[in-house]
Amino acid sequence: MGSNSVRDRLVDQSLTSRYSQWVLEALDELEDPFLITDPAIAGHPIVFASRGFLAMTGYAFGEVLGRNGRIFQGPATDRRSVMEIREAIREERTVQISILNYRKDGTPHWILFHMCPIFGAEDGRVLHFVAVQVPISKRRSRCGVERCGAVLGTCREEVRLDKDLDCSHHAREVFVDMDSRGLEAKEPQMAGDQEKEKAANAINCILSALNRYSKMTGRVVCGKRCGSAGSGVASLPSSLNISLGRIKQSFVLTDPHSPDMPIVYASDAFLSLTGYSRQEVLGRNCRFLNGPGTDYEVLKEIKKSIHGQQSCTVRLLNYRKDGSSFRNLLHISPVRNASGKIAFYVCVQMDESSKNIDNGLSPEMWQLGAVGAVKVAVRSLSSSAGPSRPSQ
Amino acid sequence: MLTIKRVPTVVSNYQEDAGEPLGCGRNCLGKCCLPVSKLPLYAYVADAEKEPSSDFLLNSLLLGQWEERMGRGLFRYDVTACETKVIPGDSGFVAQLNEGRHLKKRPTEFRVDRVLQPFDPAKFNFTKIGQEEVLFRFEAGRGDKAYFSESSSLDRNISPNVVAINVSPIEYGHVLLIPRVLDCLPQRIDAQSFLLALNFAAETANPYFRLGYNSLGAFATINHLHFQAYYLSVPFPVEKAQTQNIPLVEDAAKSSVRVSKLINYPVRGLVFEGGNSLKDLGDVVANACICLQDNNIPFNVLISDSGRRIFLFPQCYAEKQALHEVSQELLDTQVNPAVWEIGGHMVLKRKKDYEEASEDYAWRLLAEVSLSEERFEEVNAYIFEATGLVETEVDKKKDAKESGASYESTMAPHFPEGCLVLQ
Repeated sequence: MGSNSVRDRLVDQSLTSRYSQWVLEALDELEDPFLITDPAIAGHPIVFASRGFLAMTGYAFGEVLGRNGRIFQGPATDRRSVMEIREAIREERTVQISILNYRKDGTPHWILFHMCPIFGAEDGRVLHFVAVQVPISKRRSRCGVERCGAVLGTCREEVRLDKDLDCSHHAREVFVDMDSRGLEAKEPQMAGDQEKEKAANAINCILSALNRYSKMTGRVVCGKRCGSAGSGVASLPSSLNISLGRIKQSFVLTDPHSPDMPIVYASDAFLSLTGYSRQEVLGRNCRFLNGPGTDYEVLKEIKKSIHGQQSCTVRLLNYRKDGSSFRNLLHISPVRNASGKIAFYVCVQMDESSKNIDNGLSPEMWQLGAVGAVKVAVRSLSSSAGPSRPSQ
Repeated sequence: MLTIKRVPTVVSNYQEDAGEPLGCGRNCLGKCCLPVSKLPLYAYVADAEKEPSSDFLLNSLLLGQWEERMGRGLFRYDVTACETKVIPGDSGFVAQLNEGRHLKKRPTEFRVDRVLQPFDPAKFNFTKIGQEEVLFRFEAGRGDKAYFSESSSLDRNISPNVVAINVSPIEYGHVLLIPRVLDCLPQRIDAQSFLLALNFAAETANPYFRLGYNSLGAFATINHLHFQAYYLSVPFPVEKAQTQNIPLVEDAAKSSVRVSKLINYPVRGLVFEGGNSLKDLGDVVANACICLQDNNIPFNVLISDSGRRIFLFPQCYAEKQALHEVSQELLDTQVNPAVWEIGGHMVLKRKKDYEEASEDYAWRLLAEVSLSEERFEEVNAYIFEATGLVETEVDKKKDAKESGASYESTMAPHFPEGCLVLQ
């Protein structure tokens, strides 16, 4: 089973596993353009795109599902704005910013991008990001009225009352402003109060739906971090999850400060290699990979290295979930965070019989590349980082 | 002649062996050894329409090689064991406590009043480093896909571009990109080398990997053309700083490069982005640098956002230091404001300085680096003329009026924090 199909399954189930099957219908009824992304999946992909978003941009659902939001950026998109969004994701907070995006046909358009994180109520982890994208109309509106939002029945507006959603949402505009195609699209357009209000209302409706349906699975979410850091496994901040998700090699992170050194992160490639699901490995010590043919002397060597805070490379026989064995070239290394002290151990696995590195790097170099990438990601983590950080 | 005394950091384990070259059999990068050696080679696609590569190959190669050299003990210290923090405040300056980076030896004299100086083969240069300090070659490939070759012989007629480790790293992955090492180019920007640096940034496709360049007189210590690079997983303060777009007359900006200036940041600088291609962007910035070089103005360049955003800082700190115009308090912290410091990443060697590090200190230090407003506008005029960019008339007048404005304005907040708790 390749790690791509692992990932595809994760993308498909991202919403339904948390909010139940019914949430898709409810989200489909919302008119505003919005996306939902999942930072725990490698590449931080889109897991849902609303009808309004697809209409606004000209894409089909299948063309955006699983892709990263950067595909809507283009040559004239202000890079600093891209950075602001990236940093809001990394810091798990809300951002509202005017930015130039591109439709499928390549035409640029200005949108007010309003994104906020969704937290799991029990552990305060970020589960999804919701990003509403309100088209910014040119300042001189057709009606000559700035705040059209509250006025019913004016020209070019469609007004709907959506009773299903329980929110006091009185007017929504869904229109494509023909004037902003091409021409002055590159001049910065600032969103007005009208657009900001629309965005805030839309976010509320989406959160309301997600909150309601999350109660069906018993795993409630909310728009503000309200849980304290989890029972059992320490959960990693989503900024670290996102960085680690870019690393393609098979590896796990273990926590030497918790009893029995549990796994706190496992890459998709690790799950493909061993056949386990993420839930089955998080919180457990790596020894479940060992079996009757595993050399005891090698295990002692590993233990000795870890005690000495040294890195080591060993070869041992390991076992997949289905019982089949593989020769594992295993490299283990201590990883320090911003305090300079060891925060994790990274264990990078390689099935020696598989010849799937075709990029020219030797197996050792491929493994060390993963170690280096993990060290860079963890290096910026302060000791107090984690779900207990207050949102700003 | 203006000089300052400072203790340089060493970038190579061979740097302190000043004096007699040890002759060959040493496996150095000189014409004696390199042409008959084999080095790993990464070939990138030199293409105008570059799609950011998603396969992470160059990152894995660079980080893997770097980690391997760590295992071999080639670095003077483990930089990940050095404490680091983001200084509280709006700017987010990053400070690191690194007591081992600076050598305990007598300061060397550096000339700071000439940005262009001829290459001196007697002084330390990168042909003298050992091959174990080289990670790989970085060359333009002929195919349509980037590839890596573990061991590749050098073409007799080509002077290779090499990526080497910095043995006194500021951060994990700190390397040096040395264009055409055998050509022994002095530290000066040319369009071809600058484009190579941009391609290197673009090829890693990683917003947390930046390249930097220091001219002579702006704290470059080795007069052999090189760029530095490393990973830092947080934004640099300068990347977060507000910018003000400088509108350009449409027909002059054929390259579609956009220029803005930094506002609300202690160092005045220009920001370049856009361009129809990496080459278009690179040529504009290279021309700006060449103009500064020709006018003997020291400067630093920061390449960020995978080569899509380039910061240019003309500076004058070294000159001020030589003329004894910098306060002793700032000098005592021994922070030389080169490109990383200007970007907002500071390495402090005394625990006291690290513990007391404040945004105010960082701001004050960097404010000393900056050109004055009048001088900055003068320099901009040279740059715009040299790059063929023309400001629109309206803003020239507006800038003249605003030149007296203070830089104290706070950033306009535009992140409304709604509390969206739902029951």
